[in-house]
Parts: sequence; C-alpha cells; structure tokens
Amino acid sequence: MTLPAYNFAYLDEQTKRMIRRAILKGIAIPGYQVPFASREMPMPYGWGTGGVQVTAAILGPDDVLKVIDQGADDTTNAVSIRAFFAKTANVATTTKTADATIIQTRHRIPEEKLKAHQTIVFQVPIPEPLRFLEPRETETRVMHGLEEYGLVHVKLYEDIAQHGHIATTYAYPVKVEGRYVMDPSPIPKFDNPKLDRSPALQLFGAGREKRIYALPPFTQVTSLDFEDHPFAVQTFSRPCALCNATGVYMDEVVTDDRGGRMFVCSDTDNCETRQADGHKGPGLPQLGGSAPTARETAR
Amino acid sequence: MNLAMVDGGFAEPVFGSQRAFRALMDAFARPGSVADLSGLVLPPAPMSPAAGAVLLALADGDTPVFFETDMPDAKAWVAFHTGATATTEAQAARFVHLGETGDCTGWSRFAVGTAEYPDRSATLLLPLEALRGGRRLILSGPGIETTTEIAPQGLGAGFLDVMAANRAGFPLGFDLVLVSGGEALALPRTTHIQEA
Repeated sequence: MTLPAYNFAYLDEQTKRMIRRAILKGIAIPGYQVPFASREMPMPYGWGTGGVQVTAAILGPDDVLKVIDQGADDTTNAVSIRAFFAKTANVATTTKTADATIIQTRHRIPEEKLKAHQTIVFQVPIPEPLRFLEPRETETRVMHGLEEYGLVHVKLYEDIAQHGHIATTYAYPVKVEGRYVMDPSPIPKFDNPKLDRSPALQLFGAGREKRIYALPPFTQVTSLDFEDHPFAVQTFSRPCALCNATGVYMDEVVTDDRGGRMFVCSDTDNCETRQADGHKGPGLPQLGGSAPTARETAR
Repeated sequence: MNLAMVDGGFAEPVFGSQRAFRALMDAFARPGSVADLSGLVLPPAPMSPAAGAVLLALADGDTPVFFETDMPDAKAWVAFHTGATATTEAQAARFVHLGETGDCTGWSRFAVGTAEYPDRSATLLLPLEALRGGRRLILSGPGIETTTEIAPQGLGAGFLDVMAANRAGFPLGFDLVLVSGGEALALPRTTHIQEA
C-alpha cells in the first residue's frame, strides 16, 4: 500500500474546517470580510491562493471545475490552477461554463448566466475597499462597523472633479444589501451588474490578505454612484472580431507593429461556443495602419 | 471504556465531512431549503445524525461547544471525534447544541460577535421533532429569490420575537440551524421570518 503524499485537494482537514467555518460566517454576513488563517500554498501569494484555498475547502470528488483568468481558460494562471486540482483532487475539469459546478475566476464573471447549482470563487488581491483611503486595518474595521463609507464617495467624487466622470473601471465598489461596502475583486465594472441577485453562490478568497467573504444567491448588490453621475458599464463600438458578439466584454489584441489591433471576447468559452454555432466576426484586420479615429472603449 | 463514544463517526472522514459541509453551505446560502445530512454519522442519543454531522464536520480544538442540556454520551462522542472542548461558558461557545425545552429567550446569552468582528458569533443547533408539517412560516432575505415557506414542528414560544430581535441586530447575531433526524435547515441572521 502506498500512502498519498497529501490529503484530498491538498489542504489538511483542520485547515479545511477553519476555512469552511469562515465561509459559513461569510454567507451569514454578506459582504463582510471574515479573517481566516491563510496557508502557504505551492504557488506564490498573488497567484490566486485565496481562491485556491476556498475551492479546496468546498471541492468534492463529484464536482466539475472550471478555472478562468481574465475570462480565458487557456492562460497560465487558469491552466496551472486547473492542473493543480486535477492532480491533488482528481476532479473533472471543464472549460464549458454550463458544465461546471465550481468556477474559480480571476477578474471576470462568465458571460453565460450562472445557475443555482453553481458556485463561483473569486481570487481577490485587496479585499478591503477602504484600504487605499485608510491604510490601518484597525480603522477600516471600525469604519465598516459604523457603516462610515463617506470616504468612498469622496473618492468617486474626486474622479468626477478630475476627469468629469467616475474613472474607476475595475474593482468598482459595491454596497451589499444596503449594509457593507465590498470590493468585488478587480473584475471590470462591466461585470458588476452580474453580481446583483445572481442565482449562484459567490465566494471571495484573498490569500495574502487572509480574508474570505461571500454573496449568497439573490443578494442585492448595488454599484456606488451619484444621482447625476449614475453607474454605467463599459460599451464597445464594434463586435467581437472572431464571433461577432455584442454586449460582451472585450480584450484589445495588438496584431502588428503598425497599430493593427482587434477586439475579441474576453470570455473564451463564450466566444468558442458562438463560433461553433456558426457566428463569424469580421476577422483581421479589424483596425490597422493608422491611429484609431475614435475611442474604442467608452470610459 | 464506553464504546458508544467511539462508534458512529464519519466512515470516510475526508469525504464525509466534505459532504456534510457542502450540504450545510447550500443550506446557509439558501435559507429554508432542507439539507440532507443522513447516513453520514450516528451519534449517541439524544443527538440527531444531522447535529452530529454538523459538529463532526466543523468543530475542532478551536471551537468550544456548549451543550444546553445534559447529554453525556453525545458530549463524549463529540469530544472523541473532534477534540473540541465542551464549555459551560455561553459566550465562549462557537457551536451550541440547544435543548428541546422550547425556551428561546436564553439564546441571547450566546456570542453575537462585535461591531468590528461580527463573525465571532455562535452557531446554534436546535433539535426539533420535524422540519415539516408544523406551523407555516414565511422567510425572505439574502439567498431567497422572493419568499419561501418552512413549517418546522416544535418551535418554542417567543421564537419569532427572538429571531426578529436577532435580525434587527444585524450584522451582529447568532446563526441558527434547525436539525431533525438526518435533516438540517439553516436560518442565518439575515433571514426575515414571518408568520404565514
């Protein structure tokens, strides 16, 4: 008999219990950051160790795991985390959003609407939305306790004063059920509306900062804004060059050294599914040779 | 040695505790839904298999457990399988196994957390006769699309008042798990409970 070199899903059972207790309290207090004893993982902090620990704590042998990095299933972070769980937990993996029971994500929410049986796990670098406004943890704890969120609005107001509009485009702060202000992780603000009343359970793990937080299904999540400067998502002036999709979040891809570039879906699964269904975009070159005449992305 | 405290743990601790946790996580994420925790553990009477599964999955040396009523066999069983200490100090308890006495007014003595750390609060396990077939209650709040109905049997007098006060204290508060046989139903502090 050979003994396994490590436990199922890498983490030891006591660590999983500690993380599981934090997850339950996080669900019971939506948007509140629960401290947890984050472990060293076989990857550096900043590579999604928070998300990996949350996934390891909830993962079972019957789960189907999808991992995305900026919407893509085939980038380094996504491939290595998927391989990590395929090896340590022997779980099935997929790139299809609809087939996954657990989706670990770095900075995107899939375009396809999530369903009730799915859990999405966000990798979070800085969980504290007040951190760049108030560096002391003792103070931000009190501010959350007293619901003292004026500073966040000052920050958004300063955006307007300097740029004429709210210039925050990612990690856009949200208010959860009218109580806690929460950092939704560096997802583009394009994805903020997907957080609101999502049928899927949403869990957030920050490994270096040692925090876990959660949004239960059907939780009200409002992006902060002003009456005269309402929240608005990015829009794109042209469709995906590969699948012709509109109303999705795009990546700008530089295609040569003369200003040539194209806009393609950030969500690779969505793009590939559409291409397989026969949708075809204008392809290359979408833009090229000269400087762009108009801003491609709205603010 | 009393063998009752040794038998009846998870047959496969790693996978058994994962199954119990996932069922409970779904129950917390969707208040009012009934989680199936049957067939995982068999604690000594009067502890239900559901309460036993929750404690074995989540309790350990870091989480003192409070037993509201005297149940020496079940207490020894939890201690043997988890290493959790049984505490008599209500504020220190992270998990509480309530009695079936029907008196809810004493629940306020358990930890509800602090303004800075509302997560440092107790999770209460309330044993009931059944989770169905009782007085109808309507739930709403996070995790519930519109409203949902539950009908647990054997809730004590003043239950709604105690839960309303707990809800009003948000983000402070305890989280309640109703247990009966192999089933559990979570009522986290965010859930509004009304009479149907």
